[in-house]
Amino acid sequence: MRAPTLLMLLAAAAFTGACGGRSAPEEPAPEPTPVEQPLPAPADDSADRERMERERMAREASERSRAVAADLAAMINFDYDQATVRAADQATLDRKAAVLNANPNVKLRISGHADERGSDEYNLALANRRAAAAKRYLENKGVDGSRLDVIAYGEERPLNPGSDETAFAQNRRDEFEVTSGGDNLTAPQ
Amino acid sequence: MKRFFFLLSPMFVVAGTLAAQDTTRAEQGVRVGVDYRPGVRPGLVVLPGPGLDSVRAIIQRDLDYSDRFEMITVGDAPRETTTGAGAAPGGPVNYELYKGLGAEFAVELSQAAGGVTARLHDVTAGKLRNQQTAPLSSGPDFRLEAHRLADEVTRWASGTSGAAASRMLFVSRGRVYRADSDGHDLVPVTPAGQTALSPAWSPDGQRIAYTQLGEGRGGIVVQALSSGATFLAPGSQTALNITPAFSPDGRTLAFAHSDERGTDIFTANVTERCCAQRLTVGRFADNLSPTFSPDGRRIAFISTRAGPPQLYVMAADGTDQELLAPFDFGATGSSNAPEWSADGASVVFHREVSRSPQIFLVDVSGRRVRQLTSSGRNEDPTWAPDGRHVAFVSDRSGRRQIWIVDIETGRVRQLASPDAARLPSWSRRLGRATIVPNP
Repeated sequence: MRAPTLLMLLAAAAFTGACGGRSAPEEPAPEPTPVEQPLPAPADDSADRERMERERMAREASERSRAVAADLAAMINFDYDQATVRAADQATLDRKAAVLNANPNVKLRISGHADERGSDEYNLALANRRAAAAKRYLENKGVDGSRLDVIAYGEERPLNPGSDETAFAQNRRDEFEVTSGGDNLTAPQ
Repeated sequence: MKRFFFLLSPMFVVAGTLAAQDTTRAEQGVRVGVDYRPGVRPGLVVLPGPGLDSVRAIIQRDLDYSDRFEMITVGDAPRETTTGAGAAPGGPVNYELYKGLGAEFAVELSQAAGGVTARLHDVTAGKLRNQQTAPLSSGPDFRLEAHRLADEVTRWASGTSGAAASRMLFVSRGRVYRADSDGHDLVPVTPAGQTALSPAWSPDGQRIAYTQLGEGRGGIVVQALSSGATFLAPGSQTALNITPAFSPDGRTLAFAHSDERGTDIFTANVTERCCAQRLTVGRFADNLSPTFSPDGRRIAFISTRAGPPQLYVMAADGTDQELLAPFDFGATGSSNAPEWSADGASVVFHREVSRSPQIFLVDVSGRRVRQLTSSGRNEDPTWAPDGRHVAFVSDRSGRRQIWIVDIETGRVRQLASPDAARLPSWSRRLGRATIVPNP
């Protein structure tokens, strides 16, 4: 259970980092207000609207940032004894590739995992192959391989400690962890 | 028939003096089970020796675990002799009495200057067959010396030496432990709080190698048992490195190196600590679990080149790679964890049958595959140095424990371990010069 907790913390760190530093692209420009100055409208009303507008934009930026971080952290799963990226997970990896291409400073660590069936040792090799498969997919989408680190935990860190097909399916996975550049995430165009 | 004796020693629980083999259920084209030939084992009795209860207990158990004899038990009273109870040690043995109990052999133990003398009596012929005095002191080598004496008695009576004077490595809760072949003298050999996997013995029993896992990566640690000194095998310092195996001369270590290009087998010189060399080129397939033939010229290994993992063989320089254990694509389950036998004739491995691993043998010359187990999940086999016993991990009693099968009789017993155990590795016979005292 250590890995998911750590992952959530990292994801949370990524959000707060993104919220705290949302300055760069979405910052509302402060200059346009003086145009309407002669109007007799109550001054505090306009300040209120301005404040609400700023808050709305901040909220949206925060949501976008959270969505971008979630795209980066989304896991993918694998079939039994397979390391091929499933068709359903290609969209997940496509979104990661878009985020990575929009944020060239972000580095990801991809960790492969296996369910508890099969040899302990083979499961490490299988998990390694799963992490490598995701890396190769992202490289083919234009992401520089030096930004993608591959590690393998095998069956040592199950997401679901159960011993049924549901648990096994959840445990056959790649996890993605931002290791640097997770602040100020830019949403892809 | 299945009998279970639970000996109330705090160190271990031994189960099963005799169990007919698991089943004889047939699997597609594979011979299941082992030949069980009842009644061919000679009866053997170990006579009580004054002041030698602990030695007698060790030797008697070793002879039982050799699976060569039908053990005949007599009480702890002074042995019967032709001159009556309480005769002097070394006096004549009452052959008629033990013949009447079904014994063909009687083992007599007596104290001697500098140790213990074992005498093997041929009860049927009514004469002393062999004797030897072993330097049994109360030092740290006491149990190994007793095991060695038992192996000699086994050799005298059956023609082939036993495997008692050997030790087992296995992993429990991330730590490598070492135990005598009878499960006693259990000691941890790697630090607590780390994750070790896949321990392997050097042929001389002086060193071990294992994977030290940490944060999704791991190197191969080579550790001297006497000093505890360690170093990382050349070529295993980066990424993930698993499944080490020593060459028969102890100079070379083969292992699998996993990185984003896949998993491939490398060798490195662990005497001069140099010269990592790549043997397989997987191109995103996995090649792992190398095991040397006893002449050091070939390596059996696991590869996913055809899809699911299966058993292959190559020359020790990486050339001439070919399939070793035949399989039907799409029908035969994954195969893993091979280990070459000391006589070179066969490779033991596990293969999934209905998604449950079972222990199999393939004979190297004929490429015939034979299934040894079918009850529960059975995996990660390792050969005893006598070439007829195989230890493996089984969940047949609930959690994963180490069990030992005699492939000639099908008898199965459990090796004691305090907790769930996995990835056993059985040493070769440990010679007198190579004894490593327990810390």
